[in-house]
Amino acid sequence: MSLKLLGERFDPWTELQRHQAHNPQLAGKYGATSIFIGTMRDFNDGAGVDGMLLEHYPAMTQKHLQAISREAMTRWDILDTLIIHRFGEIHPDDPIVLLAVWSAHRSESFPACRYLIEELKSRAPFWKKEVNGEDARWVEHNTPD
Amino acid sequence: MSITVKFFASLRETVGMEDATLDPANVQTAQQTWAAATDGREMPANTLIAVNMEYADADATVTDGDEVAFFPPVTGGARGDIR
Repeated sequence: MSLKLLGERFDPWTELQRHQAHNPQLAGKYGATSIFIGTMRDFNDGAGVDGMLLEHYPAMTQKHLQAISREAMTRWDILDTLIIHRFGEIHPDDPIVLLAVWSAHRSESFPACRYLIEELKSRAPFWKKEVNGEDARWVEHNTPD
Repeated sequence: MSITVKFFASLRETVGMEDATLDPANVQTAQQTWAAATDGREMPANTLIAVNMEYADADATVTDGDEVAFFPPVTGGARGDIR
């Protein structure tokens, strides 16, 4: 179970390789790796977006993401989880979040990965402020899907 | 000791402060914490509350040493990327 909250751009593929290299106990045990990568788009609600500021409540984010990682390990027969989430200034095409779940079989890793992203989106204390030219506005609603 | 109060995102801008420290003798609930920290301002209807980093109701008990946070609905993750 690993968790990182980063203030700077990251490469999800490098992070995945690094995690696997640093966790040799996984080698030979997993047959499935389910990943989700959320990336910033350059549009929202039909309008262009130059960038955004992602604010969070660090202590609560940490606590919440650790709790859902533990819950996923309890609910499904999975070997390991990785969550990396950005905060701060983010630009279109930047990865925002990486979730990865390792398990022996895909029937466990897929639902666990889905659970993590849905819980993260609906409960983790992150707030987006979209920036477009001189304008900045808080995003008021999360999308249901 | 004291009670630490935090405000985030648009709510921080609305109340015009990031945090506050309160005397625990004056507040027993999250609602009272809000009232004391904001000089009786009305709490916006969609405000979320956390006591010690756990979601809580407005009538949740607050005691000495607690951290109480107020914030708008969360908008994290990657919107619309799961279909």
